[in-house]
Amino acid sequence: MSEKIPIGEKVLMKGNEAMGEAAVQAGCMAYYGYPITPQNELTAYMSRRMLEEGRIFIQTESEIGAINMCYGTAAVGERCMTSSSSPGMSLKQEGISYIASASLPVFFVNVNRGGPGLGNIAPAQSDYFQSTRGGGHGDYRVIVFGPTNVQELYDFTMLGFDVADKYRMPTMILADGILGQMMEPLVLHEYKPLPDLPSKADWRLGDPATKDPLLVTSLVLDVPGMEQRNLDLFHKYEEITKNETRYEEVDTDDADIVLVAYGTCARIARSAMEQAREEGMKVGLFRPITLWPFPSDPLSKLADRVEHMLVVELSLGQMWEDVRLATGLKTKVHLHGRTAGGIPGQADIVEHLQKALDSKSDEIVRNF
Amino acid sequence: MEKVFAMPEAMKDAKTLYCPGCGHGVAHRIVAELVDEFGLREKAIGIAPVGCSVFADLYWNFDVISAAHGRAAAVATGMSRAKPDCFVISYQGDGDLAAIGTAETVHAANRGENFVTVFINNAIYGMTGGQMAPTTLVGQPSTTCQLGRDPSIAGYPIRVCELLQTLGGVAYLARGSVDSPKNVMATKKYLRKAFQLVLDKKGYSLVEIVSPCPTNWGMNPPEAMKWLKDKMLDHYELGVFKDITAES
Repeated sequence: MSEKIPIGEKVLMKGNEAMGEAAVQAGCMAYYGYPITPQNELTAYMSRRMLEEGRIFIQTESEIGAINMCYGTAAVGERCMTSSSSPGMSLKQEGISYIASASLPVFFVNVNRGGPGLGNIAPAQSDYFQSTRGGGHGDYRVIVFGPTNVQELYDFTMLGFDVADKYRMPTMILADGILGQMMEPLVLHEYKPLPDLPSKADWRLGDPATKDPLLVTSLVLDVPGMEQRNLDLFHKYEEITKNETRYEEVDTDDADIVLVAYGTCARIARSAMEQAREEGMKVGLFRPITLWPFPSDPLSKLADRVEHMLVVELSLGQMWEDVRLATGLKTKVHLHGRTAGGIPGQADIVEHLQKALDSKSDEIVRNF
Repeated sequence: MEKVFAMPEAMKDAKTLYCPGCGHGVAHRIVAELVDEFGLREKAIGIAPVGCSVFADLYWNFDVISAAHGRAAAVATGMSRAKPDCFVISYQGDGDLAAIGTAETVHAANRGENFVTVFINNAIYGMTGGQMAPTTLVGQPSTTCQLGRDPSIAGYPIRVCELLQTLGGVAYLARGSVDSPKNVMATKKYLRKAFQLVLDKKGYSLVEIVSPCPTNWGMNPPEAMKWLKDKMLDHYELGVFKDITAES
């Protein structure tokens, strides 16, 4: 990018860099990161842009350092961000757990790669459980966006900062190596904050205007006190489920079978849907946009009138479990899961759709 | 009548939960007195680490944040960078700072992060019940080295000031003790200097305080104080290890 950022215009940009620019536009005051592929372009981009803006950039000693710097920066009321990829996200989970308990707003990105362990640097969605179940120790959730293109990486980064502030909680984007690495046209929308974002004046530390000393902690030794803290979090989560659940439905009205896919997979699934329709199958697409809160209610309603669903994901049945939980026994939920960098082809999905439609009444079709 | 001794404003009038003969109370008070002396109560943020001092907020009358075990230096970095007007005091024990938090400590020091670290060295893990610390002396018993620390198994007690001495971002390093009024006064002088350097934005400033833990050493308070003087101060030399403002 040139030094002058063409806000409002259409540009060609890499996914990782688009998230960085969105964060800058959304008023992120501090970025803390540690190198890991395939998200390195984001850290590199921020190392220049944050300094150009007179803001804070630190290449940290570890992912643990980065997330704990976020904890500190959020506690004094400033917007901050970190990013990583799967093995690095495992290291950050400790800090995310503390941030969740202390009700601090922090935004972060996971550009998911193949695992477990060191795995590989190929695209994957196998951190779905880690992202949508909280990820670290304890009873909590993280708001998770699953963008499908570079425009959404940009837009949901901005929204992510707002939502984190609105609910005072960790909020993330779960992307994958393809989304992070690819270049696509996008419009650099001007940042417009959500209306009525709450003030931080009554809880941020180090503010001389606050009369009584404040405490930010996740330690509550008395059982009723800690239980109440967690119940308060879960009441907030119910509110978020009501207000922030996002999804997209395409051609589901007449569908005999609905593909359920997010992120990169949703793009392949959409192409497969179009091909299958040309071949005479009545196929729809349901795309969860928030992975937590998961769009369980709309999926459940869809299950009332659709006999089959086929989950396509870059993991071996992680989101499949959520779809089955959402739909109960109302519909047959089939699975096409690839892992560790394997990508389902359009033709594979079409073939799987046909198998699912042809399946016996008690048969669930899986590709492995 | 003139009042010559009073509770610092930066201290709450609370009953102590620390054990008889523990050094934390004196260290907390020195910190609070200096917060008052520099007029920092409204912009000070103390970091309560994992360890006995995790409840520092019960005693300090200023903002406190608790950090995960070992992560105080990173949390302090995040606060002091984002709000340079705040005055961040990272209060950490030996397990926190020199074992699980070694990476955060070394790199915050090396970057010259602008906050004060108060490092309590009592050669033991207090809150978890007397396990071996990185600073436990050779031969000293603990619940996890019941036959005494054996360097062939557990290595040697780490001297933190000496370890950090070579790092470019460090502004000030000193080691004091709370074993005598004289050493308490010297420790307060070191810490006053550390406060001043951080107020002057000179960078990472750490004061190590050698401190007794009678409960987990298995001693009564007078015995513990004697053991500290005889054994700990033999290994942990008192004094200033680095001061970038000192005349060379």
